[in-house]
Amino acid sequence: MPIHTFILNGRPVTVDAPDDMPLLWVLRDKLGVTGPKYGCGVGVCRACTSHLDGQEFQPCTRSVKDCEGRTVTTIEGLADGDTLHPVQEAWIDCDVAQCGFCQPGQIMTAVALLRRTPDPTDADIDQIQNICRCGSYPRIREAIKRAAAARQAR
Amino acid sequence: MPARSGAVSARRVPPISTSDAPSDSTGHPDEAAGPASAEATGRRRFLTYLLAAPTLTVAARLGLDAAAPATAQAAVRAAAAAQDASAPPQPLGLPGIPDVLDLGDAMILAGLPTSHLLVLEITPAGRAALHLPRLEVGQGLTTAIAMLVAEELDAELTDVDVPLSDGRPELLFNQLTGGSNSVRSLYDPVRAAAAAARARLVTAAANRWNVPADTLRTADSAVLAPDGRRLGYGELAADAAAVALPAVPGTPKPADQRRLVGKPTGRIDARDIVTGRAEYAGDLRIPGAVPTVVARPTTINGTLKSLDASAARAMPGVLAVVQIPSGVAVLAETFDQALKARDALRTTWNPGPVADLSTADIQARLRAAHAPFLLPPLLTQYLDAEFDFAFVNHAPMEVLTAVADVRPGRAELWFAAQSPIIAQQTIAAELGLPQHAVTVHVVRGGGSFGRRLFFDAALEAAQISKAAGRPVKLMWTRNDDMRHGRMRPASHHRIRATYGLGQVLNWEHRAATVRTDLGHGLGEALTGAGFNLSLAGLSLAQAFFLLTEKNPYNVGIPTQLLAELPLAVHTGSWRSVYSGTVRVADEITMDELARRMGQDELDFRRARLRDVAGKALLDTVATAGDWGRAMPPGQAQGIGYHDENGGRVAYLVELDASDRANPRVTKAVIAADVGQVINPRGLEAQLTGALIDGISVILQAGNHIDNGAVREGSYADFHYARQRNTPPVVEIHLMPPSGAPGGAGELGVPAASAAVANAYARATGTSPRSFPINF
Repeated sequence: MPIHTFILNGRPVTVDAPDDMPLLWVLRDKLGVTGPKYGCGVGVCRACTSHLDGQEFQPCTRSVKDCEGRTVTTIEGLADGDTLHPVQEAWIDCDVAQCGFCQPGQIMTAVALLRRTPDPTDADIDQIQNICRCGSYPRIREAIKRAAAARQAR
Repeated sequence: MPARSGAVSARRVPPISTSDAPSDSTGHPDEAAGPASAEATGRRRFLTYLLAAPTLTVAARLGLDAAAPATAQAAVRAAAAAQDASAPPQPLGLPGIPDVLDLGDAMILAGLPTSHLLVLEITPAGRAALHLPRLEVGQGLTTAIAMLVAEELDAELTDVDVPLSDGRPELLFNQLTGGSNSVRSLYDPVRAAAAAARARLVTAAANRWNVPADTLRTADSAVLAPDGRRLGYGELAADAAAVALPAVPGTPKPADQRRLVGKPTGRIDARDIVTGRAEYAGDLRIPGAVPTVVARPTTINGTLKSLDASAARAMPGVLAVVQIPSGVAVLAETFDQALKARDALRTTWNPGPVADLSTADIQARLRAAHAPFLLPPLLTQYLDAEFDFAFVNHAPMEVLTAVADVRPGRAELWFAAQSPIIAQQTIAAELGLPQHAVTVHVVRGGGSFGRRLFFDAALEAAQISKAAGRPVKLMWTRNDDMRHGRMRPASHHRIRATYGLGQVLNWEHRAATVRTDLGHGLGEALTGAGFNLSLAGLSLAQAFFLLTEKNPYNVGIPTQLLAELPLAVHTGSWRSVYSGTVRVADEITMDELARRMGQDELDFRRARLRDVAGKALLDTVATAGDWGRAMPPGQAQGIGYHDENGGRVAYLVELDASDRANPRVTKAVIAADVGQVINPRGLEAQLTGALIDGISVILQAGNHIDNGAVREGSYADFHYARQRNTPPVVEIHLMPPSGAPGGAGELGVPAASAAVANAYARATGTSPRSFPINF
């Protein structure tokens, strides 16, 4: 099988996998990185959302070959050691999570949104496609605004 | 007293305090456990009587009709005579069975004989572990239980762990997570266990210091002496295990001494979740468990006709292909390889038993399943309304996943189980093993909404592991779960409300539903609680229906009948079960009847609501939500009310339907009273989630059946709400705590659904009859 090399959460990794294997299964089944969750496999639930070169993407619909030589960040790579990312802090402050299964993807989506749009409006937040079956949406909205406000206060 | 080496295990020690015990609705464990107790026996007799009550209700209904129209006229005259211009009192009204005894009470009764088997452990490291015989699926139960333990133990919340217990068959009916019953059933035993443990720790410290125990106090996971000496619970754990008779009372605190219960508290697992460390079944690293998927029939309950697996077996990474009753399993080194090999299987399938049925056929059969209405009395008016509700998949975020390791003579499983004991029994029987040879490890679940009452995936995983002779990690794809998973059954409702001179004289509700599969241990529990279903002439579903469904208003004499359509499709309880459709249909009809009778929808309810606390909720949402405010064309407010499981809630929503294809709830005001609240934040999350469920099932999310197959395949066409479908403003008002805790996990769904439907009707001037509206 072909060898693929990319940066995963700050460290170079090399993995032996077919070119067309979706990155999600490379992460979960070959590398033991289970923060990104399977929820649909076709990019519509967005539970696996992570970052590719700092941009939001869905590893369930992106081949490992596509990630060759690039930088992949999953939820596991978001905090700086024990210091949580401000969006993770906001998630805890607003007690967003319920079952928690979609939240790694929600947080990675929110981080990407705030990079593009530091002070998002409700209409900006409405563009988020990630499903939360527990219905934590209002707290997600609140947490994104809180993280945005915290960043502007700094 | 059972004790573990180096630790104290406090089990429920009678008698518990009655100072803040619930007055009646939760019952008292010890009284009911002891057959000598007059109250318990009386209550059980009462239950039997109540189970027969539907018959009595129907007889009363027949009696009224037989006397009509004279009786009806008399009733109207009596009502008119007593009429208060602003709020006419209802002359006739019967409490529903759930007003007196609900499903949760029945489940608590079933669990009473084993409620003393709850285990709280204090470790030498100073941690308190309450081994929870329930499942956490996002309802916040582990946090609420940790708060109760920390409160009574005077421990730091961060020192409390709430691991989920393996299946424990000795608990009989007391390891079923459902019916919004966990806090209701565990509130007393958990507090009692923690208070008993505290008493032993204090006694152990008193012995160590040789001082009177009643001079000591506890705080921050330690026993404190007046002179400032301090012993952490970990240092006392071994000594406390040897305390036979505590020297201080082991009784829970009075409400006014609580420091944690009732305070908004963040989830104990929040940090694990936001860092990706929280583990679900698919994340577990069980040695040798290989990724596994199953090829399934083209129609529901179809069967395999032919299989050629040669190409699939030759594919890279494929480890085995085995046949099981529900399909063909593929085991591979990765899920990607398993999925690709599954696609390469050459299969043909025999059609399933409903392959000739589509949505319209099922709706027609439901319509035909009803018992006919009784003729309305002369000289009264009536309003008829009919409603269709579609099938709705549970669609939890985490697809069904189960790890199974079946060896000769034993089996071990890991999955999110709401009913692990029944799962263990069923899987043992399937594997030909004694029950004790099967271990069920209960793993946190990524949502459930009723889905994980069933253990379909675990049963399959056991079959596959046995056939393949190796451990497997089985995952249903989203498509598997949509097409072959379980659904809230489709239903049809006919309501006839008879009225005259400003009064509602009676209310008939005929519900016809595709049969709900309740085969997950509930029947055993009800039997264990003393219900003789066959003697009462009831099916399990009818008993469930009667224990949960009631009309909360004084609307004359209500009758509610359930007709079930047996159909070979996969169904199951969906958050709020029958109330999710029955009460929504009632609430929509209440609105229509109010308008027909020229009354305000909210005032109309308020005047007829039996529950006084419920009236306060209507008042709260009316004031906070500015009920009746002028809205632009295409927009309107809507209200919904529901009480069940010892809780009650009102929703007021504002909805913008100016684009009918994309209606949006723009604001929600919620008021709830569920008795004693353990964690207001957890309760708010439940009420919010119920709102999103209501938006989804009323406006946009459901499942079609096309020739015996489910049409929808993922969240791309099963339109559960996304961020853009939800209100930017959600305001929640919680009433001051009173009495025992009620159940809150399912409470909000009927009221929220009704509020959304009623707002849509008012905004559009239409009478929605089929849900979801945009389907």
